[in-house]
Amino acid sequence: MTVLLKVNSVSKTFGGVVANRAVSMEVEKGTIVGLIGPNGSGKTTLFNSVVGYHPIDEGSIRFRAQEISHMRVPQIARLGLLRTFQQTRIYGGMDCVQNMLISRSMRKASFLELFHRQTGEGVERAENLLEFVGLYEKRRLLAGDLSFGQQKLLEFAMALMNEPEMLMLDEPTAGINPTLINGLIDRLKRANEEFGITLFVIEHNMRVIMNLAQRIYCLAHGEVLAEGLPDEIRNDKRVIDAYLGAH
Amino acid sequence: MPWAPDLYLLVSTPGLTLDLIINGILIGAIFALVAYGMALVWGVMNIINVTQGEYVMLGGFVAVGMWHAGMHPLLAVPVAAVLLYALGLLLYHVVIFRIVDRDLFTSLLATFGLSIILQQLMNIYFGGDTRTADAELGRLVFSVDGYRISVSNIKILAFFLVLILGGCLYVFLKRSRLGQAIRATAQNPRAARVLGIDTNKVYAATFALNASIAGAAGALVAMAYTIHPYFGLPYTVRSFMIVIVAGLGNIGGVLAAGLGLGAAENMAGFLLGVEFQIAFVFGLLVLVLLLRAWWLGRKRQYLK
Amino acid sequence: MQVSNNGQSSFTSKLMLYGGIAVVGLAAPLLFPAYQAQMAELWLFVVFALTWDLVGGQMGYNSFGNVVFVGVGMYACAVVQVGLYYEVSEYTDARGGGTEFVFDQGQYLTGLVAGLPVAALLAALFAVVLGALVLSLRGHYFAICTLGLGIAMGELASGWEWIGAGSGMTPAEPPRSMGNINRLHYYLAFGLAILTFCAIATLLRSRFALAINAIRDDEDKAEAMGMYTTRIKVTAWTCSALFLGAAGGIYGNLKRFIDPTETAFSGATIGVWMVLMAILGGKGTLWGPIIGAVVFQITKELTWTYILGWQRVALGVLIVAIVVFFPEGIMGRLKILFPERFGHRVETPDEAREEGR
Ligand SMILES: Nc1ncnc2c1ncn2[C@@H]1O[C@H](COP(=O)(O)OP(=O)(O)O)[C@@H](O)[C@H]1O
Ligand SMILES: [Mg+2]
Repeated sequence: MTVLLKVNSVSKTFGGVVANRAVSMEVEKGTIVGLIGPNGSGKTTLFNSVVGYHPIDEGSIRFRAQEISHMRVPQIARLGLLRTFQQTRIYGGMDCVQNMLISRSMRKASFLELFHRQTGEGVERAENLLEFVGLYEKRRLLAGDLSFGQQKLLEFAMALMNEPEMLMLDEPTAGINPTLINGLIDRLKRANEEFGITLFVIEHNMRVIMNLAQRIYCLAHGEVLAEGLPDEIRNDKRVIDAYLGAH
Repeated sequence: MPWAPDLYLLVSTPGLTLDLIINGILIGAIFALVAYGMALVWGVMNIINVTQGEYVMLGGFVAVGMWHAGMHPLLAVPVAAVLLYALGLLLYHVVIFRIVDRDLFTSLLATFGLSIILQQLMNIYFGGDTRTADAELGRLVFSVDGYRISVSNIKILAFFLVLILGGCLYVFLKRSRLGQAIRATAQNPRAARVLGIDTNKVYAATFALNASIAGAAGALVAMAYTIHPYFGLPYTVRSFMIVIVAGLGNIGGVLAAGLGLGAAENMAGFLLGVEFQIAFVFGLLVLVLLLRAWWLGRKRQYLK
Repeated sequence: MQVSNNGQSSFTSKLMLYGGIAVVGLAAPLLFPAYQAQMAELWLFVVFALTWDLVGGQMGYNSFGNVVFVGVGMYACAVVQVGLYYEVSEYTDARGGGTEFVFDQGQYLTGLVAGLPVAALLAALFAVVLGALVLSLRGHYFAICTLGLGIAMGELASGWEWIGAGSGMTPAEPPRSMGNINRLHYYLAFGLAILTFCAIATLLRSRFALAINAIRDDEDKAEAMGMYTTRIKVTAWTCSALFLGAAGGIYGNLKRFIDPTETAFSGATIGVWMVLMAILGGKGTLWGPIIGAVVFQITKELTWTYILGWQRVALGVLIVAIVVFFPEGIMGRLKILFPERFGHRVETPDEAREEGR
């Protein structure tokens, strides 16, 4: 098993607030790794550091053995490391199919390809993926008119359209209708198995993450509190305390 | 290089350099005050107010008008403040309240439209000539290193009046009830509304207060310098630049940036020729924005 | 629930629309010879509005400085027209014209044929260089920066003796023998407008359109998806500049005199007009800017002479009124009224319930 993402003692402060302190993590290729922790424990901050949203104070971040901590967001995305946002982001003024079409990866295409006419094959792939997440019926609706949960699904489909090597999802089930959560877990697993995408998932919902991840990291106060298999985490006293203490 | 001999003159004559810097700093304080007002409206209402320079121009014409009517132009400072306050309220209730929560480009374009209207009306009414109002306060003359420096007293008076005005505004925002309401609204309008603050009134007051301050500054500009109907936009741009450099809500930074800009502009006017002074202002704007964006880009950020 | 629009009839109606425009465009100067200059200006306005909208409406980068490319094109074309036959500095020293600097028919046409492409290319070059710098700014910072650029360019041109400095420059004067030269300018402007329309319409059917729309909707997201945002933005601005440069070249000849701040780099007139026309017609649509340009130019020509001295006041009022009360523009309003005609399905509550089952 090769390590795809290696975060090595990364620290990040905002003014005086320490959001991440000497955080180290590894994500192996082809796995699903979970990241949990109480609100404000620095999970989103870590994601932002990885995908290039802000500079880190210390440490190193390697993706496919390549140092990425100095790179910009689009560069990192073109390496095949994508993220979705906690506050869902889609292109509100375009319809779902258009959202999908423009999400196709630019890392293999030449720049001039942008000026070619749309191919039927691209549309078909877009529609298949929309079908996959259950948005086929809504494909001609403006993305901005979708509900929050539907936008989350669309954002997930857009990420799949990009064919990333690794996908980092920030709370994918937050705001989604509880009856649809099981379906979403199923789709995440299928994305991992069928498309071979490595997943790194922030999740607040313990039941979901236990179901989904093969390995889990727990952050508290910006530091790694525990790591291990789902069962180990479930029974870890420090994790239980952190969660109880936070509420 | 046409400016090389000038540069030599500048380096070899410290008195001349000092003269340029003193004059630059004196007008720089006015830039800073106008910028402070812009930062206030920007911070509280999230509007970049392009009419900023027109308020200065209008305040200036109040002074010119009163001087022509035989009154001492210094009286125009409070009169301009009151008149511009009224104009600010009027503009707010006719136009601005409709665009407070729209995107920044809308407010940019709308206030741009307002500024065209104001400058055009003044042009129709007063004509396009360069005007001044003479306060007849004499000059201060001294010499440095054999170089005779002469500064008109009104410039010095204007400098101190501007500092006092800015200080009053600062204290007002910190201490008064309205000031506190303004700051609360700036931080979180929704929370302010919950606390029973009428944000609409706060916005109106903020917008008018800014107009009033800039108008008072304009009256001083008309006495210490010159005005004409179309000189508003450079003032707006200077304010914008100062706010970009200093950041919102940093009064020390605003003052420092204002004084620095005044001195730099005066130097550039001397070196490049006065005909390029406006080009310098706008060129500097572009440069400041690009440098700031580049600086943030190094930190994986951008101006927003 | 597809829009019931059978392919055949939509094709014929399109053909009729384009055919109609071509016939009207070609015949207009013959029918109304007195208004050729105004109609030529109209087509140039169409170019201004269309190209502004590509960047402002479709990409969300609201520029106050596209007038830079008009000015660059205007001067470039004039300099080529003059420079082919005379020393430019002597020409501008003598304030152009006179008996010394005359152009015969061949010289005038050659100058135009050589000048317009140079104008277009030089403007495009400016766009590449400036774009790489200023397109790193977002939103209103970009807007204000471009405003600064426009004015700075005007001031620089006012100080540059070689192109006549503050007293301006006259493009090559056509010989008397060519008759009413406005007709030539009209057809040049008309041709350029058609070319611009075709180019932009083609562009809007490609993936490129989706890319710039995505940048408009959420540039952070576009970056997070790995899009080459900078390259895309610069390309869009350069496309605009290419046509604006040529339009500037024609505009200078049409006006017969280039004032650095009043005609060439005139932020307060055409610089704002192009924004206004695009918003009036409807930002981010193909036909909106065209409709906006037509409505604006007709209104302007009908009223301008009656409000002498108050024209700019009227312009200011118009800006405020449109921005505040009519920001969606004519096409935007139509889109809200008839969404189905624009290819977007709108869910009715009934359907939503049905699909939710
Ligand atoms: N851009 C920012 N500026 C200042 N503080 C921030 C910023 N982003 C996050 N923080 C702070 O960092 C801490 C961690 O936040 P975050 O990473 O969002 O937590 P989580 O995603 O685990 O809920 C919080 O205390 C938060 O206030
Ligand atoms: Mg979070």
